[in-house]
Amino acid sequence: MPADLTRRKLIWGGLGAAAAAYAGALGYPVYRYLADPAEEAAELAKVTEMELPEEELPAAGSATILQFGARKAILIRHDDDTMVCFSAVCTHLGCTVAYQADQDRIYCACHGGVYDPRTGQNVSGPPPRPLEEFNVERLDGKVVIRRA
Amino acid sequence: MWRGSMAKSSSAGLSALGARVWNWCDERLALSSIWAIAEKKTVPLHRHTFWYFWGGISLLLFIVQAITGVLLLIYYRPGPEAYDSVRSITYDIQFGWFVRSLHSWAANLMVFAVFVHMFSVAFMKAYRRPREFGWWTGLALMGLVLVFGFSGYLLPWDELSYFATAVGLEIPRSLPGVGALIANIVQGGPEVSTVTVQRFFALHVFVLPLVFMGILGVHLALIMKHGSAVPPSEEARPERERRSIPFFPNFATQDLVMWLICFNVLCVMAFVFPWQLGKPADPLASAPEGIHPEWYFMSQFQVLKVLGEWIPGYLGEILGIGLFTLGGVLWGLLPLYDNTSQSGVRARHATWLALIALIGLLALTIWGYAGL
Ligand code: FES
Repeated sequence: MPADLTRRKLIWGGLGAAAAAYAGALGYPVYRYLADPAEEAAELAKVTEMELPEEELPAAGSATILQFGARKAILIRHDDDTMVCFSAVCTHLGCTVAYQADQDRIYCACHGGVYDPRTGQNVSGPPPRPLEEFNVERLDGKVVIRRA
Repeated sequence: MWRGSMAKSSSAGLSALGARVWNWCDERLALSSIWAIAEKKTVPLHRHTFWYFWGGISLLLFIVQAITGVLLLIYYRPGPEAYDSVRSITYDIQFGWFVRSLHSWAANLMVFAVFVHMFSVAFMKAYRRPREFGWWTGLALMGLVLVFGFSGYLLPWDELSYFATAVGLEIPRSLPGVGALIANIVQGGPEVSTVTVQRFFALHVFVLPLVFMGILGVHLALIMKHGSAVPPSEEARPERERRSIPFFPNFATQDLVMWLICFNVLCVMAFVFPWQLGKPADPLASAPEGIHPEWYFMSQFQVLKVLGEWIPGYLGEILGIGLFTLGGVLWGLLPLYDNTSQSGVRARHATWLALIALIGLLALTIWGYAGL
């Protein structure tokens, strides 16, 4: 009797394991197939540096949104000609933020999140974190943006 | 004289032929036993009979969606050309605007009809034994209708659809662990893109309809099996005072009239207020001011927004998502809690829950629109 029981258990356990292995063997290629664009984007995400020629810079008191590898970045040129660059993706639910010079703020229209336009600090509304800051270096005739 | 007799004999011949065809089919398809069942079906007649129509109206709108959907499919091109193809459907192709407008209006009306149907079932307590699975399949269908709406909204690839999808997908993405997996599979990358459009397309035109029709089949079979429930006020009456009408042909005719009215309303809406197309989606643009989701996601939107203001950060977000999940779970468990017609206190609690849900959703939606 006990021998019989263990044999039965063994058979069921073996069958279960085989079924799981089979499902895994089928599921893995399907997952890789579906995730392919995401993997490509992950390659892009390794980009840590980009250059912007002088002509493409925003005018003083305005901003522009750039594709920085797989990320979106907002480059703000303040009135005093200082430049800062942050991730343009709201830390709340991922909308793209906007720079509002007249109100001196970075604003997210989706749920009214507000960030400080000089530090990227979240000031009010739902965003839980500040915007990630990128390094801006001004060279001759161009600007280099770097990510740590 | 002879003409008359001739007509008579030929009609007799025809009906004899008809009878033979009927018998031939009946023997193979068991038609008469199906008819025998259908003939006995009745629909209760009382003050609230009107609410019985809403399930049928939802069904009509699903049929409209299937037909207009196939028509749109003929010109729509998913992926990078999505916006252009919708633009040409809307502005170039003869009556393209009308087909698209019908599809969009019917989608909205369908969500509305399903909500009315659900709440009328809740208030009539039609989820009670033995109709629990009717309630659960119905909730599943409602969930699918919302996913239909959400996925279809992205397909034109215009500005509003872009951000609506980005925000909507951020919610499953915030789940720990599986979040990234979901983003990889559903979104096809770290951001919403035309890759996402292609995926939503496959989902919207094939996967969802298939699953929907399967569950719908079960839902309808259950209604055939158990018939329409009567509300408690009616159940309290003695048997002989209750009235009903045959499903065939009486209620079916009324149903058809209802369908006709609804279809006309739909056509007028689609014609008078043709559905618009926004600017093409630009991944490098900021979210436009006053951006908001479709009305049926407005309550969730408002909760996220308000909780985000009161309790900034993750806590507010988690609380908002948790609130809706908890509400949904309680809603699903309703038939297990309020399960018999004798349960006085539980019945009252269930009515309260339904009332709070209804008023809550309405209030949040209105509040959401007021705050735009
Ligand atoms: S996504 Fe920016 S505030 Fe919600």
